[in-house]
Amino acid sequence: MDSTFIIEKSVVILVVFAFTMLMAMYSTWAERKVAAYLQDRVGPNRAGWGGLLQPLADGLKLFSKEEFEPNTPNRFLFFTGPAIAMSTALITSAVIPWGDRFHLFGRDILLQATDIDVAMLYIFGVLSIGVYGIMIGGWASNNKFSLIGAIRAASQMVSYEVAMGLSIIALLMMTGTLSLREISAQQAGMNWNVFYQPLSFLIFLICAFAETNRTPFDLAECETELIGGYHTEYSSMKMGFYLFAEYANMFISSTILAVLFFGGYNYPGMSWVVEHWGVNIANVFGIGALFIKLCGFIFFYMWVRWTIPRFRYDQLMHLGWRILIPLSIFNIIITGIVLLRVEIMAYLGF
Amino acid sequence: MSIQEISLSGRKKVVSNKEMTFFESMYLIAIVKGLLITIKHFFRKKATIHYPEQVREFSPVYRGQHMLKRDEQGRENCTACGLCALSCPAEAITMKAEERKPDEKHLYREEKYASIYEINMLRCIFCGLCEEACPKDAIYLTISKELVPANYTREDFIFGKDKLVMPLDIAMKNAQLKNAN
Repeated sequence: MDSTFIIEKSVVILVVFAFTMLMAMYSTWAERKVAAYLQDRVGPNRAGWGGLLQPLADGLKLFSKEEFEPNTPNRFLFFTGPAIAMSTALITSAVIPWGDRFHLFGRDILLQATDIDVAMLYIFGVLSIGVYGIMIGGWASNNKFSLIGAIRAASQMVSYEVAMGLSIIALLMMTGTLSLREISAQQAGMNWNVFYQPLSFLIFLICAFAETNRTPFDLAECETELIGGYHTEYSSMKMGFYLFAEYANMFISSTILAVLFFGGYNYPGMSWVVEHWGVNIANVFGIGALFIKLCGFIFFYMWVRWTIPRFRYDQLMHLGWRILIPLSIFNIIITGIVLLRVEIMAYLGF
Repeated sequence: MSIQEISLSGRKKVVSNKEMTFFESMYLIAIVKGLLITIKHFFRKKATIHYPEQVREFSPVYRGQHMLKRDEQGRENCTACGLCALSCPAEAITMKAEERKPDEKHLYREEKYASIYEINMLRCIFCGLCEEACPKDAIYLTISKELVPANYTREDFIFGKDKLVMPLDIAMKNAQLKNAN
């Protein structure tokens, strides 16, 4: 492995890391702004132009808060919880293709930390580790409300992961690959997967809401029943880590939705731009296209949050186990029939 | 028409427990409808008044901080008759009367004036009864258009004549306006 490769990858990783942090930071600002606008208010507008410095002020506030610790026998776990939540939220971004290849300094630069061919499985694996952050934090808080919140979050995530995985199988049957880079490349032009797999997209979208613990599935932190849910006992930057991880998760899941179903970095007329203006400019536009798509999804998350009320817990489980899972299995069967239509016709003798 | 069918408000609706159709029970259409309603609000004009820069206009009958008026020549109207203190339901007003000296004729309109006039703004309920009771047009709540400002100690809320009496330049300006009309 040569040193330029290591430098190239480190730069990509650093940029992606910084970008994820920045997006998570500004998602908090955007959330408050969108919430305000949907409720006919104006939202934060004092710190900086349009309140743009508000996330910095919030971060500073969280840092300067008292570091409170409950009387817990699991002091180590209490500190581990937010750390796991934060790190799992950040490492999912490693496999996301932010753009196609750049031609710079006489070499191909891949805008992706690593192009593993089991990228989808990797994301699912990391997402399931994310449950531990919440579960451990809630358990170690030594508080009944936190524990109930953590258990709710864990069972909700486990149940929706099943439907999510099944919904993605139909898509994978069509694409024939687990690599996110290849899935993006297959959607060149306007061949977006959402037009071929709308049902799969819908199920995946609903499950993504549940996986990120967002309204209408934010039962893990519903204030009326559980005070603050699993992070009731947390304060200062440990609390900040949980909140930050939540927004980072939202950003990552928006990106995955954009990559899997909305063509990733592809945009109409990309091949024309490559021919006339060169690969690099086409790629810059590609990154912009992906950015716009994922911002759209982030906005959609917030938009839904201020529209739909929270589900009851049994409704949540009903939706997950008795509607989404059968629906995604049905979707797999339909996809299989459509994919094998020639063979089936031949078998039936037409 | 029977009494059960009359709707005085015109908004009466008969509750129905009809079964939802398949598409209704998926709630997707209802959710899209809800999303459209919220996005409409997103683009609506905001009602917020950005306070320190913009100040909301007070109603003409708004009762704010009290003001002890002066007449056209800048003399204080109040004669310390005590009717305002008597009418005050919250017992917020106290005063001390004094006789006017011959060389103070340009300061006070009548022979008697209030040497001390205090209103406890923590007690005051801004009902305006003092304004109604005053026979000399001396005390007003409606013309100042000011809120009583926040403060730290209770003592700071007892407003004396230094805060209550209308500033002389405003009185003179008012008199000029009146003459011009």
